[in-house]
Amino acid sequence: MSEKPHGDAAPSRRAVLGWGGAGLALGAAAVGGTVAVAGAGEDGPSSSDGVVPFHGRHQAGIATPVQDRLHFAAFDVRTKDRAELVRMLKEWTRAAERMTAGRAVGEGAYGGIPEAPPDDTGEALGLPASRLTLTIGFGPSLFDDRFGLAGRRPDALEDLPKFPGDNLDPARSGGDLCVQACADDPQVAVHAIRNLTRIGFGTVAIRWSQLGFGKTSSTTPEAQTPRNLFGFKDGTRNISGTDTASLDQHVWAGGGNAGWMAGGSYLVARRIRMNVETWDRTSLQEQEDVFGRDKRRGAAVGRSGEHDEPFLKAMKPDSHVRLAHPDSNGGAAMLRRGYSFTDGTDGLGRLDAGLFFLAYQSDPRTGFVPVQRALARSDALNEYIQHVGSALFAVPPGVRDEDDWWGRALFT
Amino acid sequence: MSVSTRPLLLGAGTALAAVVALSGCTQKAASEDDALRVTATDSACEVSAKDFPAGHVTLNVENKGSKVTEVYLLFPDDRIVAERENIGPGTKASLVAEVKAGDYQIACKPGMKGDGIRQKVEATGKGKAPARSAEADAAVASFRSYVLAQAEQTLPRAQAFADAVKAGDVEKAKELYAPSRIGWERTEPVAESFGDIDPKVDVREDGLEEGQDPAKDWTGWHRLEKALWDEGKIGDREKELADQLMKDLEDWVQRVGTAEITPTSMANGAKELLDEVATGKVTGEEERYSHTDLVDFKANLEGAAKSYELLKPVAGKNDPELVKTLDERFAALTELLDEYRTDKGEEPDSYTYVSYDKVGKADRKELSDGVNALAEPLSKLSAAVAK
Repeated sequence: MSEKPHGDAAPSRRAVLGWGGAGLALGAAAVGGTVAVAGAGEDGPSSSDGVVPFHGRHQAGIATPVQDRLHFAAFDVRTKDRAELVRMLKEWTRAAERMTAGRAVGEGAYGGIPEAPPDDTGEALGLPASRLTLTIGFGPSLFDDRFGLAGRRPDALEDLPKFPGDNLDPARSGGDLCVQACADDPQVAVHAIRNLTRIGFGTVAIRWSQLGFGKTSSTTPEAQTPRNLFGFKDGTRNISGTDTASLDQHVWAGGGNAGWMAGGSYLVARRIRMNVETWDRTSLQEQEDVFGRDKRRGAAVGRSGEHDEPFLKAMKPDSHVRLAHPDSNGGAAMLRRGYSFTDGTDGLGRLDAGLFFLAYQSDPRTGFVPVQRALARSDALNEYIQHVGSALFAVPPGVRDEDDWWGRALFT
Repeated sequence: MSVSTRPLLLGAGTALAAVVALSGCTQKAASEDDALRVTATDSACEVSAKDFPAGHVTLNVENKGSKVTEVYLLFPDDRIVAERENIGPGTKASLVAEVKAGDYQIACKPGMKGDGIRQKVEATGKGKAPARSAEADAAVASFRSYVLAQAEQTLPRAQAFADAVKAGDVEKAKELYAPSRIGWERTEPVAESFGDIDPKVDVREDGLEEGQDPAKDWTGWHRLEKALWDEGKIGDREKELADQLMKDLEDWVQRVGTAEITPTSMANGAKELLDEVATGKVTGEEERYSHTDLVDFKANLEGAAKSYELLKPVAGKNDPELVKTLDERFAALTELLDEYRTDKGEEPDSYTYVSYDKVGKADRKELSDGVNALAEPLSKLSAAVAK
């Protein structure tokens, strides 16, 4: 495969090339870019030049068909000045409008006065918009006494409980703000986070960030379900980005005690380390038992197709699919948007690899929390995974137009 | 701040392509027709003409006063074009320079101290560089004085450190190591502009080039730092290196007066000092044996703040919002850093800080965030002064 200059890169080509995902033969290469414009989310159809509209009732990047790449960043707010934070959120919004449209930040990356560093960092020049979406969220810690937001904290933004087996690294957990950048081109996603970080210096500081190279979920049911690093299809029953009834029921927040959240959603992010080496030594039978699926098609035990309705009682009681299924959790469902990651190696000769789990829901107390309680208690998969990072964010509704900005309803 | 004349006394003019240094013909006057006559007394500095054609210029100086004097030809920002020192009462001297069209000053310094008695002159002709604003020239001149004072102040401190090394006193040398570096760290971008001095006095072991032998080719502060903290002993080689350090620093002090400084280079220098903090000090790489990184950090920050303070009148007109942000961020980072200060601030121009190996990961991140918070807007200062 020959490398080409950035300018003529088509998303599908870059998806196969990028970040070594294909070279690692982890099966993730199969996710490709084939679903690129497959479905129309609530934000309307993605246009042919790869621009996902930024403005809308809901933020893009939730119901939007899942892009191939992720750069997710959590920030601590460093200023004590509410007005300065608001100023930055407005600046971020304007920059996000430009970047998601495939344009450079501010006055661009060249042609300005020679004594000044350019506004835009430049590495996305010549690249298409690549279906970039930028999605902001507000963490529980933002609602302390610093900015007078304590009274505006939604009940649904309740700190997640500690689950058995959690081994959370504070340096990879929490955050006052988050930005999820998804794009079909990793350079476009990284460029977006880098430029927002730069705009934010002094007002916010990046706390942790995570790259994801292969999507593990699809919100477009007609597309193939991607495989995770264990080689399995998971999240088959994901909520579709076009299923407005399910989105309204399970994903979009109503507001509750926090009217500013109406049309928003709650995001749970978990960094789940996967012990791929020990998994790979596990017999096929055990692997399939652990998931409750067949490896080839992703069909549930006793079924023949991936999307055939599973018969839960045929599965082992501790199988992953059985425990996670809505029928085992009082109907709880989330829109999952996770990505595989490989952050190099861990110094012990093992891949530092896993799943960066992202799930959107209308209320974590009836979504992630009961499901994870059940999984943490009994999931056979726990032998091969460990939750090492965790964060929760209130994701506000969409930015309506050029005068609106991220968080306006919260701060005004 | 006392503006010393000592570096000027030692001053050179050697680094300037545009300047032909002293002709070596002290008493021989050039032809009276095309030379500029400078009559120096104890209270005046008279010049026979206020303008002269650009190109080869000769100043015929006569000291009619009672004190030994010296005469300088200076750029508007006090950079030395040419100088003549030790002109005794009743004697004559001349100095020669090759000058481009532009504004200059002639300064006589009766008693060889102070700023001298100034006369503005102009070299006429084509290609005159556009004059900078008086404010900009004043900023550069003040900064030059600061740089000179820092260099001057460094010599005795470095000498005390070198003496301790030569006496084989490890503990004393350790104590004097970080203070000896403060003046250097405050003004490092100017020193770096000379190119050859920095690698002699401030290089780290990993900065050596392929084929260089640390035992023979590594000189300067950090080589001695390693001997004192990592090896804990002083040998003959270290004693030699202490002398070498002084020699190299004296060279620096001599050349500082000739450094080309502009408002833009001051602004960029301030940003570079923060870059130094971000890449060397916050990581603990700079002082990996002594862990005195926070002393360097403080000195870098002070040097950047000095440039900024001097440029503020210019920058404030062009970008008042930037000045407001920079005021806040300089104050915030200074406050944060001083949480780690361990002396009481009684000794001027000297300080001690918590050993950096005792600063935890979360605290280092907080310091790093503070550096980013300041460095980002600081990167816009040069545009604000160049407008």
